[in-house]
Amino acid sequence: MRAVCWNGKNDIRVETVPDPEILNPRDAVVRITSTAICGSDLHLYDGYIPTMKKGDILGHEFMGEVMEVGREIKNLKAGDRVVVPFTIACGRCWYCEHELWSACDNSNPNAWIAEKAYGQSGSGLFGYSHMMGGYAGGQAEFARVPFADVGPLKIENGIEDEKVLFLSDIFPTGYMAAENCDIQPGDTVAIWGCGPVGQFAIQSAWMLGAERVIAIDRFPERLLLAQTWGRAEVLDYEEVDSVLDTLRDMTGGRGPDSCIDAVGMEAHGTTLDAKYDKAKQTVRLGTDRPHALREAIQACRKGGTVSIPGVYGGVLDKVPFGAAFGKGLTLKMGQTHVMRYMKPLLERIQNGEIDPSRLITHRLGLDDAPWGYKTFRDKEDDCIKIVLKPGGNGHFHTHTLGGNGHSHGGNGREHDA
Amino acid sequence: MREEVILISVQQSTGSFEPALEGYPANEESATFMTRVGQAAMIVSGAALVALAAKQRSWRTLGIAAAGAPLIYRGATGHWPVPEKIAQRASDAVALVPIETAVTVGRPAGELYRFWRGLENLPRFMKNLDSVTELDGRRSHWVGKSPLGFKLEWDAEILEQREGTLLSWRSLPGSDVHNAGTVFFEPATGGRGTVVRASLDYQVPGHFLGQAVGKMLSGITEQQVREDLRRFKELMEAGEVATTDGQPHGTRSLLNVKNPI
Repeated sequence: MRAVCWNGKNDIRVETVPDPEILNPRDAVVRITSTAICGSDLHLYDGYIPTMKKGDILGHEFMGEVMEVGREIKNLKAGDRVVVPFTIACGRCWYCEHELWSACDNSNPNAWIAEKAYGQSGSGLFGYSHMMGGYAGGQAEFARVPFADVGPLKIENGIEDEKVLFLSDIFPTGYMAAENCDIQPGDTVAIWGCGPVGQFAIQSAWMLGAERVIAIDRFPERLLLAQTWGRAEVLDYEEVDSVLDTLRDMTGGRGPDSCIDAVGMEAHGTTLDAKYDKAKQTVRLGTDRPHALREAIQACRKGGTVSIPGVYGGVLDKVPFGAAFGKGLTLKMGQTHVMRYMKPLLERIQNGEIDPSRLITHRLGLDDAPWGYKTFRDKEDDCIKIVLKPGGNGHFHTHTLGGNGHSHGGNGREHDA
Repeated sequence: MREEVILISVQQSTGSFEPALEGYPANEESATFMTRVGQAAMIVSGAALVALAAKQRSWRTLGIAAAGAPLIYRGATGHWPVPEKIAQRASDAVALVPIETAVTVGRPAGELYRFWRGLENLPRFMKNLDSVTELDGRRSHWVGKSPLGFKLEWDAEILEQREGTLLSWRSLPGSDVHNAGTVFFEPATGGRGTVVRASLDYQVPGHFLGQAVGKMLSGITEQQVREDLRRFKELMEAGEVATTDGQPHGTRSLLNVKNPI
């Protein structure tokens, strides 16, 4: 089969590799019909996630058709359409029983590496480094899905891939970020980062009863989507003198009730601390650039919540912990417990409350993945979300933004925006 | 885990790794065999150290590689890359490493005990075992995974067994690998299943580079025991052991090595 393989920093190649097989009794093999590039894949592309190996198959947002199941799988059969959550969970350990799916005890074959780094290991993840299990990912024609009786969500009706694909990660991730804010009537929620997770956090904050949502970014196409689709008040951090002062003014001096950092370890910023982070990370003296987190903590009202769906990997420098303590903040974070949210969010999609496909700007064939990674990383071509179609007829590339779609024929790599 | 490494001297300089343990008299034949086993073990553990270092690829781990290289050299040539006299004195001793580690399994103690007591189940989660055959109610025959074609075999006997509480065993005289251990099954707090606590003694060769290497080796061995317990937990809770062995991947770099654990 064809698969998108990591070959090092800035080096993504589509290679021909063997097809996956059933390895354990609770496995399934899925033929992938749609798979997306996630913002967190860019941390791999940029080389900031340790324990990657040349040849690793990427991708953790995918769906498709069940081809084959292991002998212990009773709830799925060949032909079923499923969305696969990016977290791999056994369903039977203490953590799974408590719906802490991304903390599953039994799904990471390399748990010992994560234990050295973090004390305890989280669940295995698809296509996200050997520390997280080293599982082959879903940017491929086929994927092996372990514990297939727990994770995959069956899609029973004919609802199209693009509406349900993001149940695999970013919709639940944005939703959990908002849920972690414990939003009360009258609350203002501020969200750093208007990428896909930020957009879903905006949508989810409204669903959970926020009165105001303020979204912060610098890319016009993202701010536009946050404004139109997300109905958020938007803040371009390159246009204002100080994000903190602006937020304080916008909230009448109180600060937002909760702040969501949907940026993570590779934050950009115009302030001194952001430049300092960049310099440190460039020479490998720092693992993360926590500029957005610093701002979120500093901005948040007393007793408020800072919710962190953005990915962090290592030891963070100059995080204003004194401010967090002094204001009695609650910090909530972590990999998404995807299985907790898939069914209720599918219902919201089926009810017509939300159409996640609004996010998609690019549709590419699998072989165009290297172009896709670069374009997404460099925020070129108004790129917000890329969906790859392994089953597609080779090279095609369509691009839509804000509903005013236009499409291009031919190979995406030849496309010049 | 206890940090100290116990060093036991043998009376004569045979260059063997046969320890002068009580109840394990050294004899000529097993001494020769043990030399070969010791050499194989050194190549394997030396290679594991170098592999570990290569995998981590940082300056800090150069030290690990530096420690591994002499082990490979000794295993392959039978000589340490140091003056003969020092080497001889060093190889006259073996390190006996005590290992203690625990895991919490969300199943009742009785069920876990019965699975473990069915000794023939052990290779399903102990990675370095090929098979265990029960000979009678007390004695069993163990076959270890064979490094470089050497077959490691030993007989063991059960010293104590208390249904749902503990199981204790030791290898019998003439074994290739000397080991003894007890596994305790204790109820976890709040109905969270059972704490499975393993307390083992392994004979580990290669203390030559002193306590530092001994500690490092014991660290790896402890990690191996911990991984065995993790696989036990996975098997008992999830019904299978998580794996990626056999999954597809793209072109690997030559520098990639398999996990040493």
